[in-house]
Amino acid sequence: MYVAVKGGERAIDNAHAWLAEERRGDRDVAELSVAQIREQLSLAVNRVMAEGSLYDPDLAALAIKQARGDMIEAIFLIRAYRTTLPRFGYSKPVETADMACDRRISATFKDAPGGQVLGPTFDYTHRLLDFALAAEGEVPEAAEAEAKPGPVPHITEFLNKEGLIQTEDESDEVPGDLTREPLELPADRALRLQSLTRGDEGFVLGMAYSTQRGYARNHAFVGELRIGRVAVEMDIPELGFAIDIGEIELTECETVNQFAGSKTEPPQFTRGYGLVFGQSERKSISMALVDRALRWKELGEDNLGAPAQDEEFVLYHSDNIQATGFLEHIKLPHYVDFQSELELIRKLRREAMEAGETVQQEAAE
Amino acid sequence: MTVEMTRRDWMSALAKAPAARLAALWQALEMAPEFTWLRAPEIGATMVRGRMGGTGAPFNLGEMTVTRCSLQLASGEVGHGYVQGRDKDKARIAALVDAVMQGDAAAQVRAELLIPLQDEMAADSATRAAKAAATKVDFFTMVRGED
Repeated sequence: MYVAVKGGERAIDNAHAWLAEERRGDRDVAELSVAQIREQLSLAVNRVMAEGSLYDPDLAALAIKQARGDMIEAIFLIRAYRTTLPRFGYSKPVETADMACDRRISATFKDAPGGQVLGPTFDYTHRLLDFALAAEGEVPEAAEAEAKPGPVPHITEFLNKEGLIQTEDESDEVPGDLTREPLELPADRALRLQSLTRGDEGFVLGMAYSTQRGYARNHAFVGELRIGRVAVEMDIPELGFAIDIGEIELTECETVNQFAGSKTEPPQFTRGYGLVFGQSERKSISMALVDRALRWKELGEDNLGAPAQDEEFVLYHSDNIQATGFLEHIKLPHYVDFQSELELIRKLRREAMEAGETVQQEAAE
Repeated sequence: MTVEMTRRDWMSALAKAPAARLAALWQALEMAPEFTWLRAPEIGATMVRGRMGGTGAPFNLGEMTVTRCSLQLASGEVGHGYVQGRDKDKARIAALVDAVMQGDAAAQVRAELLIPLQDEMAADSATRAAKAAATKVDFFTMVRGED
C-alpha cells in the first residue's frame, strides 16, 4: 500500500539550482542580455508575444532567456504574468489601413496601388547557411529610396468596389473576450479570431496546410500581406477623450478565396483574415486560412467533415498552454492514482486466473 | 516649426516616445516641479482590438502593457501619464510634462522637449519608410513569345 509522504524539497531546490547553471551554459561564453534577445532574436520575441497574448518585447525576451529558448515555456511565463496585470481597458480597433508598412505584398494584383514592397523578408533567399554570421562583422546599411507618404489602402477594397468580394461591414458590436469568459461553443467569429491569433503557430499552420491539401475546399490567394506599425488608441476616462497609448507591430493577412456561391450567397470571392502581433507572417497566413475554413456555416457551405471546419476540434486544441499543461501533468506524481490502477489490475488478473482454473478443472472433469 | 499641438497630440507622443530619450530631454529642461501623487504609477494592460478583414466588426487581439499615473503640481495643474510598457519613471515624466504643458512653461517644454521628440520619432519612421521604399518591386515585361 502507498503511504502519502512529504519530501523532495532539497532535491527540487538542487534541481532548480542546476537548471540555473545549465541555463547559463559555459561561463567562458559571454552571457546573453535580454536586450540582445529582443533585438537579435526578434521573431522569437514576436512569437512569444503573439501566443503569450501580451505585447511587450522586453518581457518576451526575458521569458525566452528564462525558458532557455523553449518557446512554449516562455509563452507560459508570459501568460502567467499577464494574469497579474490589472486591465485598464480596451483599445479602439486598430486601423490597419493607416499602418506604416515595412512590407506589403499581394499575390493577386501585380500592379497593386502603392506597389509591392518586400521589406526585410526571408523570401528569395537561398536558404543556405551563411557562415559569415558565425564570424563577427559589420552589417552594411540597408538601402534607402524616396518614400511616398500617405495611406496605403487595402487591396481587397478594389475588389470590393466591383462587388466581387464579400464585404466586411464595420460595426461597433462589443466582441466576446476569451480572457474574461471561458470559450463556449458555438463561438462567433470574434472569439474564433481571438483564439487563433494566440493559438500555437505549429498547430494553426498544420490546420491551414490541411485545407490546402484538400480537407475543406477553399483555395486561397494571399490578397494582401502587410507588416508594419500601427498606433493603439484608447479612451482615457479621466480626460474624456482618446489618446495613442502606444504603437505595436502587426502582421495582417487577407486571403481571397474562390467561392462558387451557396444557398444564401451569390458567387463571389470570400475572405479569410489573419492579424497577429509582431512580424509573424507564417502564422498570419495560417490564421487567415483557418478562419476561412471555420466560416463554412455563415457562408452556407457544406460541412465536409474536415478537421479545419470543426470549430470544437480547432479551438479546443490550438492553445499550446492548455495543451502543454494537460499533457505534461502526466509526468508529475500520480502515485496514488497508479496505486489504485495497480490494485485493479492485480484483482482482474486474480479473477481471470481463478476463472481459468475453474474452466480447466471443468474441462478435466 | 510652430504647429498646433493639442493635449491629445502631446500625450500620444509621450506614450510612444523612447523612454531614455524622453528622460534625457526632461532632465535637460532642469525643471523639478513639486507635485503630489493622485495615483502612483501602476503597471497594467490594455486589450488591443482589431477589425475582421481590417474593416469589419471588432475582435480582441491581445493585450499590451501600459503604465499610468496621475499627479498634481504644487501650482495646481493635474497631469496624467499613460505610456506603453512597464517603465514607471517614463509614466512619471509623461505626467509631469502633461501638467507643465498646462502652465506658463508650456512654450518652453513644447519647443525643447515635445517638438524635438516628435521630430526624432518622425525621422525614425521616415528612415524605415525609406528602407521599405528601396525594397519596392519594379516589374519589367519580358519579351513575349506570341510573335
